[in-house]
Amino acid sequence: MKEEIIKRSKAYYCLDCGKCTAICPVSNVRNGYSPRKLVTLTVNRSDDYVLQDAGLWSCLTCRMCQEICPSDVDYVVFTKLLRAEAKKVGEEGRCSHGGALHSLMKIMTAAELNQDRSGWLTPDLKTSKQGEYLYFVGCLPYFDLFFSDLKANSLDIARSTLKILNRLGIEPQVMSNERCCGHDLLWSGDVENFKKLAQHNLNQIKKTGAKKIITSCPECLMTLKIDYPELVGKVDYEVVHISEFLSDKLSQIRIKGFEKKITFQDPCRLGRFMNIYEAPRKVMQSIKGIELKEMKRSGNKAICCGTACWINCDSSSKRIQAERLKEAKSTGAELLVTACPKCQIHFKCAQSGSEKEKPPEELKIEIIDLTTLLSLAIGGE
Amino acid sequence: MSEFVQSEFGSKGNGSKRRSIGKESNFEPKIVVFACNWCSYAGADTAGIGRLQYPPNVRLIRVMCSGRIRPAFVLKAFELGADGVMWSGCHFGDCHYVFGNYRAEEQFEITKGLVKMLGLEKERLRLEWVSAAEGGRWAELIKEFVEDVKKVGPSPLRKKKEDDKRKIKEEMMGT
Repeated sequence: MKEEIIKRSKAYYCLDCGKCTAICPVSNVRNGYSPRKLVTLTVNRSDDYVLQDAGLWSCLTCRMCQEICPSDVDYVVFTKLLRAEAKKVGEEGRCSHGGALHSLMKIMTAAELNQDRSGWLTPDLKTSKQGEYLYFVGCLPYFDLFFSDLKANSLDIARSTLKILNRLGIEPQVMSNERCCGHDLLWSGDVENFKKLAQHNLNQIKKTGAKKIITSCPECLMTLKIDYPELVGKVDYEVVHISEFLSDKLSQIRIKGFEKKITFQDPCRLGRFMNIYEAPRKVMQSIKGIELKEMKRSGNKAICCGTACWINCDSSSKRIQAERLKEAKSTGAELLVTACPKCQIHFKCAQSGSEKEKPPEELKIEIIDLTTLLSLAIGGE
Repeated sequence: MSEFVQSEFGSKGNGSKRRSIGKESNFEPKIVVFACNWCSYAGADTAGIGRLQYPPNVRLIRVMCSGRIRPAFVLKAFELGADGVMWSGCHFGDCHYVFGNYRAEEQFEITKGLVKMLGLEKERLRLEWVSAAEGGRWAELIKEFVEDVKKVGPSPLRKKKEDDKRKIKEEMMGT
């Protein structure tokens, strides 16, 4: 199995140059974590020692290393596959929040589950029971409740997306018993439960008859588009991120302007994984009065939001988040725009301080999702 | 012997081909109770010392304070197949750590919302404040809780892996 992983990730080509470690955001804040070390441990040892290395679980899978690797080693695939092997021998990452989020996802693998997750659909948000468009909500209702003390307001993303789609004349289907896409389980090594979730979702999507899926979460996008066909079966739908969907339809809606200096956090999954950099920028720049000030490290050099799949939240994450927030503030922007619900949650958590201390002033910047920004710009009708 | 024969039809009587753990009247729920060390667990002890009878369906897990209990604990219990979960602590003003039970109440509200969103019946989750002297009340509460959970039936999450795979396959075939 190790041979297979090395082949698929092209780890044999590793030159041991260490550029990956130099650019890795985790390595920058934590001495001793080294992507290069993990590759050499795997390739140069005949045993499975790497499966017991705690460093295997520290990777944020942000793909920054692959932007710079001269040998094109697919480090994130390497990590993903090794974690699945490690899980088989009983290793696992340390889930934050006591494992609550992972428990939620595993509960959703149950066949007989009748969720009550559509409470956020108020009468002004129009959906329909048939049609070619489907809005894949993801875990937004659960995040909104679970992180209510952070005022994450994740459901604002869903409401804004529907409002914008309605304004374009689209009333998408929304599945009432949608499961988590399974991204976090897949990337933390739990392939079996991921496949169960995927199968549930595929069965339901087939029943709706929808062919075009729109999502506001880059992780759902990547999982539905790439991992489902690869690991479960052929799919007969297309899936796009809301920013991609909107980028060529912006002239169809009346967008009022408003004056604001903003900056943008490129999500890992949207940018480096799916190569979508222009679409969100087109959406933001269609709003008159908006001044987009790019951070020093943006586009394919954007730094990850510091936590991935709920398994690597610790002081290193906080340092990464603090540095990124300071970078955002240094652009002079008043608003930090994100395009991923998790980036938003992780940054808000870093800003929140603790029970003993007030939120740190130097990290204070308002954070808003791309869809909410556009929704504010189009206003009520 | 007949009560050990597994029935094909669900206890909800909707004809779904569901393995149930025997007929409805024989369903014994598995209840997990997170009880705080100073009041609730002591209350359970008082019930024991007083030889008060209450249903044996509960598994007690002692925590130092009800404020330590997280949504994660409750979700894990349900994930592993518990039919009901109780969260128990000291009365307000009596918490050994002063404000732990207030924290518990806040976390409980979030947990209640999550459990509801997952589609689990509200009878499956309860928050109770029980003091160390209230042995009799403890026994009554457990009796009541077990009755309530019996009425709603086994947890939908209590399925065996084989059943899950079979159901998913059935869904795929369109039956």
